[in-house]
Amino acid sequence: MSPRAQKWLVTGPPLVYLLLFFAIPTLIMVVASFRYAGDYGGLAPLFGSGDPDELAGLTLESYQRFFGDPIYLELFGKSFVYAGVTTVACLALAYPLALTIARSPKKWRDLLVLLVILPFWSNFLIRVYAWMIILGPQSAFARGFNGLLALFGAGPVPLLFSPIAVLIGLVYVHLPFMVLPLYANLEKHDPALLDAAQDLGARGWARFWRVTFPLSLPGVYAGAALVFIPALGIFAIPDILGGTDSILIGNLIKQQFLDSRDWPFGGTLSIVLTAIAIAAAGLAAWFARRRPQ
Amino acid sequence: MTPARGIGRLAVGFAIFGYVFLYVPLLIVIAYSFNDSRLNAEWVGFTWHWYEVLFADEQMLAAAGNSLLIGVVSSAIATVLGTLAGYAMHRWRLRLLPILVVTPIAIPEILTGVSLLLFFVVCNVSLGLVSITLAHVAFCVGFVAIVVRSRLAGMDESLTEAARDLGASPWRAFRLVTLPLIMPGVIAGALMAFTLSIDDFVITFFVAGVDATTLPLQIYSMIKIAVTPEVNAVSTLLMLLTLLLIVVAARVSPGALRGE
Repeated sequence: MSPRAQKWLVTGPPLVYLLLFFAIPTLIMVVASFRYAGDYGGLAPLFGSGDPDELAGLTLESYQRFFGDPIYLELFGKSFVYAGVTTVACLALAYPLALTIARSPKKWRDLLVLLVILPFWSNFLIRVYAWMIILGPQSAFARGFNGLLALFGAGPVPLLFSPIAVLIGLVYVHLPFMVLPLYANLEKHDPALLDAAQDLGARGWARFWRVTFPLSLPGVYAGAALVFIPALGIFAIPDILGGTDSILIGNLIKQQFLDSRDWPFGGTLSIVLTAIAIAAAGLAAWFARRRPQ
Repeated sequence: MTPARGIGRLAVGFAIFGYVFLYVPLLIVIAYSFNDSRLNAEWVGFTWHWYEVLFADEQMLAAAGNSLLIGVVSSAIATVLGTLAGYAMHRWRLRLLPILVVTPIAIPEILTGVSLLLFFVVCNVSLGLVSITLAHVAFCVGFVAIVVRSRLAGMDESLTEAARDLGASPWRAFRLVTLPLIMPGVIAGALMAFTLSIDDFVITFFVAGVDATTLPLQIYSMIKIAVTPEVNAVSTLLMLLTLLLIVVAARVSPGALRGE
């Protein structure tokens, strides 16, 4: 068998599968976003125009609708804010975790990392549902929190079905994505650098901000991308933990496909989300490369 | 290095908080699955009642059966395709395949879900167990490929070359030398694929159609409609299963979980 034939025999099956079930669906999505909705919702037949006057049956209607009404851009903006706050909160929680793991004795590190990963492997819905219990109005946590507020004369605040609940859920679900790249970076730091900084007179915080943190920036950018991008498209967390005011872009996409069945518009929203996700990943990669490791 | 002082101790404190934050919610779910109360509000007493309810719930059992079937079939297919992809990416400089392997993992899941929904409808594939299985294979291939490739990257290339020098055909060299060496990676990849399939909610949600249901879809509808501690019971069992699979995967191939 020639090497060429071998190569195709090995590469072919996964390539064909992923082309068929990932690349082509994505292309269909692009085409769909330029199509009309069908008479009964869904999509007009993909090829061949329903209306002979239209050129190839394509239209910019969905894009005009998207850019024409500020409500959609505002929703993207809101999703950006949620994903951004989630990213910053994850960073604040993940950094001490990653730093502690990286500086703990070698024999403990694998176990400590595994302990961060384990919750991530449990079912996504269960992790979100857990916060329904914790933040629910009858829970000890919610009663304690509102009791505390009452001491200051503030009225009880519903925790569940609020933006706070959505943010907590987002942080909880995405935290391991921030810890892992940070740890991978921090573990490689040479302790001699900190010794050198100390010999040169740098105190604890100065050593952290001027040595450790700048060196860890590639890990920070990688983690930020891994948290921000999935958080941007999430729909289940606002759906379960959020109230009516916590709708994000993912929920609108879900609505277009499953409820109002305006698939071309859903396609348009998905294309815009994809573009933003790719841009965010590119930006993170660019930032990570800009500084010398 | 000087012993951790000041900032180091502060970091340890926050790290402990981080672990508590990660585990307490899951422990609460487990604890309330044994709680003798309809409300997930406070501890009343120990009971197996919710597990009895769970095992009498025909819909839930049917959903669990579907999940297992889809998990086994899709992880088997994804393991074969993923191993081929991992091997191909290790052996040749490819352009298209690595992009197709990584992108489904990198973009928000909802995008994969809705584009597959469109695809199945346009191609007249009826939504149900088959469409769910095909979709699961699509997102699992990448994970298997990455684990297998990392295993290959850590392998001594000269072993396969030696087999070839001794006259083994490429296929025999792969089957008798390379494959046994990467087997831990393949098994870890298969277990990961099975876990991902059993746990997937977002993509399944879009491609399931109206009739087929899986365990996560069933849990979702229960959460949305009426929360009973039966959800805690099924969650606890599902966590136990995942834990088991992950511990086995970690044993077979340390580092696989981190995608090293």
